[in-house]
Amino acid sequence: MKKLIIALAASAALLGGFSTGAQAQEKKKVCFIYVGSRTDGGWTQAHDVGRQQLDKALGSKVETPFLENVPEGPDAERAIERMARSGCDLVFTTSFGFMDATVKVAQKFPNVKFEHATGFKAAPNLATYNSRFYEGRYIQGQIAAKMSKKGLAGYIASFPIPEVVMGINAFELGAKSINPDFKLKVVWANTWFDPGKEADAAKALIDQGVDILTQHTDTTAPMQVAAERGILAFGQASDMIAAGPKTQLTAIVDTWGAYYIKRTQALLDGTWKSEQIWDGLKDGILTMAPYTNMPDDVKAMAEETEAKIKSGELHPFTGPINKQDGSPWLKAGEKADDGTLLGMNFYVEGVDDKLPK
Amino acid sequence: MFEAILLTVITASTPLVIAALGELVTERAGVLNLGVEGMMIMGAVCAFAATQMTGSPYIGILAGILGGGAFSLLFGFLTLTLVANQVATGLALTILGLGLSGQLGEAFVGQPGIKLQPIVFPLLSDIPFFGRVLFRQDLTFYLSMALVVGINWFLFKSRAGLKMRAIGDNHASAHALGINVIRTRYLAVMFGGACAGLAGAQLSLVYTPQWVENMSAGRGWIALALVVFASWRPWRVLAGGYLFGAVTIGQLHAQAFGIGIPSQFLSALPYAATIVVLIIISHNRRTTLINTPASLGKPFVPDR
Repeated sequence: MKKLIIALAASAALLGGFSTGAQAQEKKKVCFIYVGSRTDGGWTQAHDVGRQQLDKALGSKVETPFLENVPEGPDAERAIERMARSGCDLVFTTSFGFMDATVKVAQKFPNVKFEHATGFKAAPNLATYNSRFYEGRYIQGQIAAKMSKKGLAGYIASFPIPEVVMGINAFELGAKSINPDFKLKVVWANTWFDPGKEADAAKALIDQGVDILTQHTDTTAPMQVAAERGILAFGQASDMIAAGPKTQLTAIVDTWGAYYIKRTQALLDGTWKSEQIWDGLKDGILTMAPYTNMPDDVKAMAEETEAKIKSGELHPFTGPINKQDGSPWLKAGEKADDGTLLGMNFYVEGVDDKLPK
Repeated sequence: MFEAILLTVITASTPLVIAALGELVTERAGVLNLGVEGMMIMGAVCAFAATQMTGSPYIGILAGILGGGAFSLLFGFLTLTLVANQVATGLALTILGLGLSGQLGEAFVGQPGIKLQPIVFPLLSDIPFFGRVLFRQDLTFYLSMALVVGINWFLFKSRAGLKMRAIGDNHASAHALGINVIRTRYLAVMFGGACAGLAGAQLSLVYTPQWVENMSAGRGWIALALVVFASWRPWRVLAGGYLFGAVTIGQLHAQAFGIGIPSQFLSALPYAATIVVLIIISHNRRTTLINTPASLGKPFVPDR
């Protein structure tokens, strides 16, 4: 069924490509593949906002077709290939699960350039780009430790991939820097997008006693449940303040627009080359939504941490850090290298969960 | 704690039960409508839009029912009047519903929804535990329970239900006996659509009071599967729906509690458990065959 949707969507995109291609042959095509709906209020919406900014900035030189709701897995390959075949010059595939599919299609189309978000497999015509979300998670952890009365937060996770594990660890480390006994409960929803299931996970965590909620899934449903139950929560990927005006403490807001404009400009200038980019708060690829629903001293602390991370004074993964079982990982003052972070498959001490393998 | 879990289970199971009951009636009349997911999401968007515009979730519920019912008419027209292939038309209905609802709902994305509030029965709701669980629910829960009882009575105790089952089992014979096959099937299809629409309304007004594209997230397909595994019996649909909901919520709690079972296994558990249990309760092939509508999915063209 989903195959049909993709086939239809892809052929629609193809037709669209042909009809507009005739009148604007000069224009480069910068294409986007989304895992969710562009109005999901979270992850995919953040990418689409970036695409719209690109359209605004370079709209006279590029067009920006996109495919949304492309499921991860084998179907993704067909969708990406259709995009490549339809004359795209640069294709952004915006979900971790598109990694192997993007690698395969990039091999087949050496003249098309690809950029894969949050992955780690590159090629001469395939760049990767990622955001140091963990910097924001660390700040959230600190806020949680200040704001939680019980010293217990709930984390709605999607899939046990390094990206998500890294976020959980950064949150716990931030919290422990304030309250060494802080505990974190994790529930794996095993989906990026299912409002109902995300809400169920939120309810389960609240019923188990957490009084702060954070999520690594795509919709505002957990925020809504938190608002209803009167606890505090953090937004994810987009500013979710509308879903919880009295609930959201802050949100990690993905701001891909500047990056998309920079890379498209490089394509137009002919200076595009494959890189593995991992930018952070200081580069503006992620920003923190306004610090709300917290006292001024907590806000001041959060702002100070944010400034320290931006200046490079503070790296969230700085030792001494023990692994979950208590065995040492980083010595005092030692910083985790990017390779270890990008392949992270273990918890740090204090996370109250067994990591699915 | 147990009470809190049970309340979450009810919210999660209700849309599955309602949509599956509607499809059960449609299939008992011999029509296989695979468009449940599409009708459900249309119900969700209509309900949310109407609620936002009028401020009343009850008008929203009505809009969801009407939206799902009206959308199913398209399926009815194509498969019953034009005798198109039911499987292909049903799949197309789902694709159309998902796309169309996205278009219709674009203006409502991100708006905070209005939740359908519970109806509290005085006195009854004061009974410890059962009162709080059963008599402080919203309209959709009461409707789901009424539907189980009502459909069971209709199918197995009423003359009209008997006629409908006759059509589902052998439309040629039913036609020869003078029963209006096409008209009954239209009504059954519309009933199925209305139920799917109501289930969708529950999603966007109770479960998660918001509108997001694709928010049904496959629940229509689960409802379809429930009908088959429940061997077309309303009470088994109720049991299957609640079992599925209970295991879904239970595994989330198990994770939060930290029992250390791999979450992938736990996530697959609702599907596995529901299938196993429903296979066991319908293991008798003879009774299953008796319950299966023999004309299911077969096209019917009156011979005169």
